[in-house]
Amino acid sequence: MNVALETRGLCKSFGALTVAADIDFRLETGARHALIGPNGAGKTTFVNMLTGVLPPSSGKILLGGEDVTTVAQSARVKRGLGRTFQINALFRQLPVLDNVALSVAERRRIAPRLWRAASAHQDVRDESMELLATLGLADDAGQRILDLPYGKQRLVEIAIALGLRPKVLLLDEPAAGVPSLESGRILQVLDNLPKDIAILIIEHDMDLVFRFAQRITVLVQGEVLVEGTPEEIGKNQRVHEVYLGEQHHE
Amino acid sequence: MRHTGGYSADTRLRWPELLPWVVALAGFFLLPDYLALGARILIYILYALSLDLILGYAGIITLGHSAYFGLGAYVAGILSAKLGVTDPLLQLVAAGAGGALLGLVTGAIILRTKGLTLLMLTLAITSVLLEIANKATALTGGADGLSGVVIAPIFGIFKFDIFGKTAFLYCLAVLLAGWWVVRRLIYSPFGASLTGVRENALRMHAIGAPVYWRMVLVYTLSTALAGVAGGLLTQTYQFVGLNVLSFESAGELLVMLILGGVGRIYGAFVGPLIYLVVQDALAKQFPEYWYLGIGVMLVLVVMFARGGVLGIVDGIIARLRRKP
Repeated sequence: MNVALETRGLCKSFGALTVAADIDFRLETGARHALIGPNGAGKTTFVNMLTGVLPPSSGKILLGGEDVTTVAQSARVKRGLGRTFQINALFRQLPVLDNVALSVAERRRIAPRLWRAASAHQDVRDESMELLATLGLADDAGQRILDLPYGKQRLVEIAIALGLRPKVLLLDEPAAGVPSLESGRILQVLDNLPKDIAILIIEHDMDLVFRFAQRITVLVQGEVLVEGTPEEIGKNQRVHEVYLGEQHHE
Repeated sequence: MRHTGGYSADTRLRWPELLPWVVALAGFFLLPDYLALGARILIYILYALSLDLILGYAGIITLGHSAYFGLGAYVAGILSAKLGVTDPLLQLVAAGAGGALLGLVTGAIILRTKGLTLLMLTLAITSVLLEIANKATALTGGADGLSGVVIAPIFGIFKFDIFGKTAFLYCLAVLLAGWWVVRRLIYSPFGASLTGVRENALRMHAIGAPVYWRMVLVYTLSTALAGVAGGLLTQTYQFVGLNVLSFESAGELLVMLILGGVGRIYGAFVGPLIYLVVQDALAKQFPEYWYLGIGVMLVLVVMFARGGVLGIVDGIIARLRRKP
């Protein structure tokens, strides 16, 4: 299988504090991979390094086999790396359609155009509407994000990322804050994502992780503790001690 | 009335958008004694439009927009008084180009910063320019101002007359062109992406937008427009004073825009109109205390109309629509 995303010896330190230590990670094309770990394990830091928000202290990041360690965030997106955010990062005053259209227009390289009206770009509007329809949001296209229920806002998060037609999609806690009844809808959406997209999901909802992921990496204190199939992780004693054990105590 | 642009926007021209032009033409015919004030209002509308483009649509806060307005004013003035270039359109193009060039260079530096740092840097730019203009007396006239500005007839036909008729119509025509450009920009995909940056720069980065370069571009376009407005001021008054570069000028502009309503295009029309008319009336009635009246007006707007005068209008329209 082709490797869509890879890290080699990825490290990140803030002074004496090490938040990522020598992380070797591979995400294959079309993979459904989960990254789990207790709070403060360094999961979001890892995603921020992958996307270019944070520069690593050392190590390499390869996207589609190409070294992108020093490549700017926007250039990584153009090479096929999309992400969602743990805390909604939406355009709150804008309609749902515009939230997605901004992303579609960036991918189609229409966004820098200065003259013809944005709303006259029917191709962008059509593609955005199509995307919203596949996520069950077509009826909400004209609603402002502010007026949208939280569960649907989480779906818009995913829709914006999908507007980029990514080859690799990093989902940072897509079900965070969503009531359990509605998280089923998110899982359904994730299940229906195009099979050629490599997906790395960071999630605390273990039900969702074990139902969705084909492989799981457990991160603890910035280090990879173990990686394996959901069955292997479920049976791993060390994982129970450092992560699942912690949940049982709560 | 809020013009946010974007992919869901209706870009058709609505009848209230014709009002400014009708009012301006009515003013021209009905108030011939106030054409100088009218021209000043039109110039400040163009100047405020340029500020609205960066503040209202891109979320760039500045206290130094007078740097570009002042540079435009001096470029037009120096071209005429020192170099003998008296063609008004050529002066205007040069004023716009001067504003754009300075905007590009300074924008590329200061737009790497945010918040208070950015605010202080914008202030520093206009302060530096003010001091340069103050010291370069041979070129700018220093504290005495630059006089001897001569403006040739527009297209070799329309002479600037003593009653200010030509100046008024000329300013109106330039404002019309400026408004048209700004309106197109706001409704364009570029304008939509600016709104995206204002709403959530983090997400714009994450969808691959080169946010910094978009900011630099809109800043350059805005400063070009401010330069043109400065050039118009020189041509209308045939004099350039140091005050065009002052921090007070930039602050006053900000007050006008907030008064009208930020991020609405037409807030830039309403704000300068109210501010300059009230200022003119108060200055005549209470020459010593007129600033007090302006202050009270601003306090009232900030306390009761955060969206400016157009925000109040929007509120009233929304309330009327809710009623059966």
